[in-house]
Amino acid sequence: MSGIPFVPSEGSTFAPKVDALFLFELTVAAFFTFLIFTCIVYFCIRYRRRSEDEIPPKMPSHYGLEITWTIVPFLLMLVMYFWGASLYVDMKRPGENGLEIHVIAKQWMWKIEHPEGVREINELHVPVGIPVRLILASQDVIHDFFVPAFRMKQDLIPGSYVTEWFQATQVGTFRLFCAQYCGMGHSTMVGKVVVLSPHDYQAWVAGAGPAEPPAAAGKKLFTTYGCVQCHGQRAPTLAGLYGSKVALQDGRMVIADEQYLRMAITDPSSQIVAGYPAIMPSFKGQLSEEQLYELIQFIKSLTPVRNTPYGNISQPPAAPLGAPSTQPAPGDQPQAVPNFPPAERPDSPPSQQQGPQS
Amino acid sequence: MTTATFIPAARRVKELNFLNHDYSIHSWLMTKDHKRIAILYMVSITFFFIIGGVAAMLIRLELISPTNWLVASETYNKLFTMHGVIMVWFFLIPSIPAVLGNFLMPLMLGARDVAFPKLNMASWYLYVIGGVFTLVALLWGGVDTGWTFYTPLSSTFSNTHVVMVVVGVFIVGFSTIFTGLNFIVTTHSMRCPGMTWFRMPLFVWGIYATSVIQVLATPVLAMTLALVAIERIWRVGIFDPALGGDPLLFQHLFWFYSHPAVYIMILPGMAVESELITCFSRKEPFGYIFIAFSSVAIAILGFLVWAHHMFVAGISVYSGLVFSMLSMIVAVPSAIKVFNWTATLYKGSISLQTPMLYALGFIGLFTMGGLTGVMLATLGLDVHVHDTYFVIAHFHYIMVGGMVMTYMGGLHFWWPKITGRMYNEWWGKMSALTIFLGFNLTFFPQFILGYLGMPRRYPAYPPEFQFYNVLSSAGASILAVGYILPLVYLLLSLRYGKKAGKNPYRATGLEWTTTSPPPEHNFHSIPVITHEPYAYHLELREPPEEQPSD
Repeated sequence: MSGIPFVPSEGSTFAPKVDALFLFELTVAAFFTFLIFTCIVYFCIRYRRRSEDEIPPKMPSHYGLEITWTIVPFLLMLVMYFWGASLYVDMKRPGENGLEIHVIAKQWMWKIEHPEGVREINELHVPVGIPVRLILASQDVIHDFFVPAFRMKQDLIPGSYVTEWFQATQVGTFRLFCAQYCGMGHSTMVGKVVVLSPHDYQAWVAGAGPAEPPAAAGKKLFTTYGCVQCHGQRAPTLAGLYGSKVALQDGRMVIADEQYLRMAITDPSSQIVAGYPAIMPSFKGQLSEEQLYELIQFIKSLTPVRNTPYGNISQPPAAPLGAPSTQPAPGDQPQAVPNFPPAERPDSPPSQQQGPQS
Repeated sequence: MTTATFIPAARRVKELNFLNHDYSIHSWLMTKDHKRIAILYMVSITFFFIIGGVAAMLIRLELISPTNWLVASETYNKLFTMHGVIMVWFFLIPSIPAVLGNFLMPLMLGARDVAFPKLNMASWYLYVIGGVFTLVALLWGGVDTGWTFYTPLSSTFSNTHVVMVVVGVFIVGFSTIFTGLNFIVTTHSMRCPGMTWFRMPLFVWGIYATSVIQVLATPVLAMTLALVAIERIWRVGIFDPALGGDPLLFQHLFWFYSHPAVYIMILPGMAVESELITCFSRKEPFGYIFIAFSSVAIAILGFLVWAHHMFVAGISVYSGLVFSMLSMIVAVPSAIKVFNWTATLYKGSISLQTPMLYALGFIGLFTMGGLTGVMLATLGLDVHVHDTYFVIAHFHYIMVGGMVMTYMGGLHFWWPKITGRMYNEWWGKMSALTIFLGFNLTFFPQFILGYLGMPRRYPAYPPEFQFYNVLSSAGASILAVGYILPLVYLLLSLRYGKKAGKNPYRATGLEWTTTSPPPEHNFHSIPVITHEPYAYHLELREPPEEQPSD
């Protein structure tokens, strides 16, 4: 049966943990299935009807048995619950000293931007052994970023940011699927994740040619859209904002994460900072997903690294104001990625990796 | 000797029953008789089952190859949407409640009809009107949103006939609500003398619990779908973030209905199961009270677990933790039922006739479906298998392995009561075994596919998934044979089957005390109940009735 897979390859720190939990639940399930099947088969043979007028004895209820088979499954499920819950909480808490990568989904392609400004389509290059935090956004409908080898999956909701993270443990190429049905081309919204050694990843980024980091582009947008005229004077200052606690006029305290900053730009009236008048206009519809992300990256770059809610995140420094952009505009059409390349290559040597596509 | 000469004379006069007292079309279409309405439903859901089944066969054929060899993605998307919409709302939800429930609830309670016979007829007409809307949309070009109608895909981006299908489902929803309402009132007010709550058959308990869910949950579906139509037609921002709406709100509302709907689909199956297991092991159910109250517990807890469909949808970690716990708890009453059915077999007098084969198959398949459901409720594991074929396999084990198996079992069990004729036992057993084998071959490989990471709703897929897809498609062809066989031999039995008599299985229950088929008003005199249900140890002491020779 070689060539017919049974379990997907384990490519992230989550994979062995998910597989261990699955194995436990599979064992419990197999035990109970076997128990029920055995009882049925045995009873059907042992107590088969021997004559048409057979009258079996009346059996009283047995409360001991009833309580046993109520409590035992419940206790087993508590084990599964806490095991699964702790894994889920881990999956939601990003690792420290990570890399932040921006993913935009649209019908039907994945657009990816690295912290250095390198962009690629339907492919994601990441270094092995370093936590990677994905900031996910969708331009149209709900999509889902799913890498089976990493045992990780997250829906992308249009109009808001969601994040997921992973840490690859194996150099190789792994499949990327859209797992949430998104219309006609759903099954073509696939790609690959290429895991490189940190050294190869650096080489890959360098080989991608000069690129403008999103924070630098955001700094220019900050001037172009006139944000600078208010913020810092009539409006709240943005230095040190990211990751801090913000008191809102309606009494809520919120943490200024990416989603907060996004809403502050696209729907300012929904979260007015205490002590300030609601005078900021909405920039909804004026900024593309990419520009919105660049602005937010700029605001984040104004925060000392130690204050971020996700630990130390490597922030490339913002380029000086007015530095010329050398990044060519990324093509909006997906590259001719073969729909489904032969198979995953978890052990392929890094020298075979392709360069970036944009 | 005088009586001996009298009886043959009486037999020459046609015995009037609900089928033969009037043959006119008008008498069928205007009928208020719950038994005739049950048959109208039986014919209509069989029609929709065939359409949904053909869609499923085309899906499985397409998936034999990793490429779009048979249909384009557009067509494939319409196929799985129609398969889902038709099977869920036009087959599974009405199957046991509207067919067997309609036929049996008044008979089991010792009543002449349901509480509101005209409303009962109206339910069927609403079902037909909803069905016409959906079929017209299908013929007109179909719909491609998936049966879940996720926004903003359905409300903004899809270019297909979303509104028409949504209207169809909206209307059929009211058919469900009316049927549920009818059964609730019937159970409360139409029980015959002596029929206390704990003397009711477990079938009645199951249908009663189902009806409560139908009445409480279905209006939420109607409202949600209406909101989708409003956003689609008038561009009012409800779910689409571009218009200021919230796409997750749709999922909360949709699953607030659709998770209880899963229990609308499985509780009636459990209800039938309790009748079959007891009859063919000639025992009262082990733990009657526990089986009855676990139905009620499932009905209540089923309302509190909806967000387990949304663990990776972007809900908060705390929501995830709470809904995972509640989903685990709802599995406990299901486990109680499985153990009690199995224990009922102990020291019974087990006869492996056709309905019993379906009933035993149900226990096995439902156990596997339930245990994989616990896996899906486990947070860390769901992240990996969510929206993959693992989920597809899991819910088909519950809905097809659970609900369809028991519907077939119940149909065979009460067939002699409904039609007065016995089906061919050998063919019955063969088809039950074919369905069991075909089902497992179709859906077991999908668990492996899902864990490997094959996402659902993909017409084209990576080549390493092909082996399991071919296995699954092969199983589907066996399953299809298993479903076509009963269609043939059950119809043939109407003409060639031997006459059944009142009680061919020597079962307990009021429905077996009246003639087969029952007279138009069910009982010649209203029965009086004097003891608990399933009293096989008492009733079997009476000599069996004389079987009619034919």
